Amino acid sequence: MLTVDRYRCGYCGACVGVCPEMALELVETWIEISPECVECGRCTKICPTGALELSDKTEART
Amino acid sequence: MRCDVVVVGAGPAGSMAARHMAEKGLDVVMLEKRQEIGDPVRCAEGVSKTGLRSLTDPDPRWIAAEVRGARLHAPDGTTMVMSEDRSGNEVGYVLERKIFDRGLAMQAALAGARVMVKTRALDLLRRPDGSAGGVKALRFGEVLPIEADLVIGADGVESKVGRWAGIDTSLKPKDIEVCAQFLVYDPAVDDDYCEFFFGNDIAPGGYVWSFPKGRKLANLGLGVLGSRCQPGAPVRLLRQYLERNRPEARVVEMVVGGVPVSGPIERTVADRMMLVGDSARQSDPITGGGILNAMKAGVMAGDVAAVAISDGDLSAAGLMPYEEKWRETIGRQIARHYQLKEFFSRQTDEDLNSLMHSMQSMDMSQMDLRGMLKVLIKLNPKKLWELRNLVV
Repeated sequence: MLTVDRYRCGYCGACVGVCPEMALELVETWIEISPECVECGRCTKICPTGALELSDKTEART
Repeated sequence: MRCDVVVVGAGPAGSMAARHMAEKGLDVVMLEKRQEIGDPVRCAEGVSKTGLRSLTDPDPRWIAAEVRGARLHAPDGTTMVMSEDRSGNEVGYVLERKIFDRGLAMQAALAGARVMVKTRALDLLRRPDGSAGGVKALRFGEVLPIEADLVIGADGVESKVGRWAGIDTSLKPKDIEVCAQFLVYDPAVDDDYCEFFFGNDIAPGGYVWSFPKGRKLANLGLGVLGSRCQPGAPVRLLRQYLERNRPEARVVEMVVGGVPVSGPIERTVADRMMLVGDSARQSDPITGGGILNAMKAGVMAGDVAAVAISDGDLSAAGLMPYEEKWRETIGRQIARHYQLKEFFSRQTDEDLNSLMHSMQSMDMSQMDLRGMLKVLIKLNPKKLWELRNLVV
């Protein structure tokens, strides 16, 4: 499952820009994750603050 | 509510489009999802003087500092200086984006556009034929449908408008620079020069910048190419850079951000929809600068919108003049610079050093990026063979 550490997040929206599923949204100072997330891990890799994480050792699907 | 055009996003692209359309008598609504336009900043704030002046009369309050040029630093410390008027779109003024963005939005408002802050687009409203009929927004916690003849997406790196209209604008990791920036006070800041530091250790696939904001304040930041990024790398590398190279620096602000470096995307218009600025991926792939291109695209889109509305043809074909116009102008440089970015992001530190060394005997002070490239290719024909088409 994709989680965001909102205490780490810099709310820049870079993750939203790379999400292939439109599963993320930047609202003011936090990121919302919708059920469309396929846990590809693209956002976790490019996050400038390292605020996004795929937990439960889910393997990247793409 | 109803209007002629709804603009999503109140950055430089959106505000310029809104202002130009309002000046032509259109009923314009501009949405900004944040409660404060321009804040937090996601930008190094550099812009060329002549470029900005050609688009608007700059208010002195927008400008934090003026610089005399740019200094480039190779990984081994070799440097090169370019004068301000030759350094391209990003060097000249260092802006105060919080004030600048608000100023441009104010100009749009004064021209008659209705600006709505804390109002986020949730989706497009659809016409029976599926094309955009406006925007479904969430304003201060309440759903507000805004019907419009045309939707302009100026919604930045995290753009949704284009995607709702069927254009996939999602960025591949190799097509985004992810950045971190500190506003620092540091006696080591050169108040007169924008500085660029290259090196695969300090900023893989990107560079470190120092853009002075006056009195030893500077935006000190770095960008990492997404495909070479690890979680949290930009902030970590920037801290490391400060520790190793700027021991006196005191950090007073921190921002992060993503810059599209994808080069021109396939389409920026659909039926009743246009994209401008970062949402159209119009930022410069080699420098990461996006302010001027965004403003220019905003003006072009505004002009085309006015014609299309008076002609009553808001189909993709009717809006195509915008697409053609920006590709012929800013698009050419964006495409060339994409090729440059693809090349330079592959170079080792040794390559970068030897390229910089090759230019040491030349007088670069009066050369622009294109002239510099010409010289580089002349001096390093083998290495730069794949770039030869960029200068003919």
